Amino acid sequence: MLENLAARVNADAHLVRRGRTVNTTFLIAIDEADHLVRVAEGRIVEIKPGPFITPNYSFAFRASRDSWDKLWSPQPIPGFTDIFALVKKKLLRIEGDLHPLMTHLLYFKGVLGAAGKAAS
Amino acid sequence: MSPRFEPVIGRYLHFDLLGKPHRLYVEEAGNGIPLLCLHTAGSDGRQYRGLLNDARITRNYRVIVFDMPWHGKSSPPAGWQNEDYRLTSRDYVRMILEVSAALALDKPVVMGCSIGGRIVLHLAHEHPEQFRAIIGLESSPKVDPYYDTSWLHRPDVHGGEVCAGIVSGLVAPTAPDEGRWETLWHYMQSGPGVFKGDLYFYMIDGDISDKIDQIDARRCPLYLLTGEFDYSCTTEGTLEVARRTGAQATIMKDLGHFPMSEDPEKFIGYLLPVLEEIRTGQKASAA
Repeated sequence: MLENLAARVNADAHLVRRGRTVNTTFLIAIDEADHLVRVAEGRIVEIKPGPFITPNYSFAFRASRDSWDKLWSPQPIPGFTDIFALVKKKLLRIEGDLHPLMTHLLYFKGVLGAAGKAAS
Repeated sequence: MSPRFEPVIGRYLHFDLLGKPHRLYVEEAGNGIPLLCLHTAGSDGRQYRGLLNDARITRNYRVIVFDMPWHGKSSPPAGWQNEDYRLTSRDYVRMILEVSAALALDKPVVMGCSIGGRIVLHLAHEHPEQFRAIIGLESSPKVDPYYDTSWLHRPDVHGGEVCAGIVSGLVAPTAPDEGRWETLWHYMQSGPGVFKGDLYFYMIDGDISDKIDQIDARRCPLYLLTGEFDYSCTTEGTLEVARRTGAQATIMKDLGHFPMSEDPEKFIGYLLPVLEEIRTGQKASAA
């Protein structure tokens, strides 16, 4: 699901500009499959699939494959169109140090949106 | 493009509100039945620009939009620097009644969205006789907190960026870009802590679940319009209010939590039959 994510994000000049001060590593979990996503100045420089013994990241998005599929559905599904919609339904857990996420929330939503485009 | 002015008048109203002198920014357009519009949490009256500029509405309605204190071009009351802003149900109801009285409105139609869609349920419960009709946009009896609102007001997180980021997904994914980003721009310009202070009403103090059954839409016509993509005030919540009160509910396709600003044209298509029904007392044909 995340195969083309880096290319999608890095090709989006507006998204990269929005995230130009983002330098962090965050985690996306799809079911039990963890992925570490490293961001430097708004560009994704590495996506490393797990499993990991001691993963080092700032914050994590954890949801089932079914929930990610709904979020990333090419046809928007009411009630499943945003990470906070999933959080509200307790289908997505956001954990860790949320400061980098909250300071660049529109950027990270854009990144996850690009993951949806990559999945479609 | 040739220069033109919109048919909208903006003025500052000086009066005592909630026991303190205030300078409130009020915009209006049109003639006829007063239609008092209430903006969402952390935003301001600019959300209703589409209505203020639509002759189909303003030929029969005097559309009036005010920025709540602390919002838009309405400043907080003097001394604000030493307090945390926090909206309560009691103050919000009083504010609407006092604004209506200061403007000498005769049984206006009141229409509010989100927090405005909630407070109009309080008005329907406590003061139905004061209004010709009540329109709730994105109305639900309560919304439990689903994120930590302290992120919205701390000096090490840009308030405008995070507030827009929080609400961005509430705009329908089908909304035109211009409406989406105009809506988010209003959130980006909100004062520090204002959105958080409004959410105290939205998520804590404004819960009206236990009084919904006491609202009777026969005492004052109650209309509910909710966007299908609103996951905050859900369509289920709106339909529950309608079922328990006798209100007329419509679920709006391809709209989200900010129908009047994210896609004004589409929203007005849903609103016009409601306004026509209120004006004529007869059900209008669908738009």
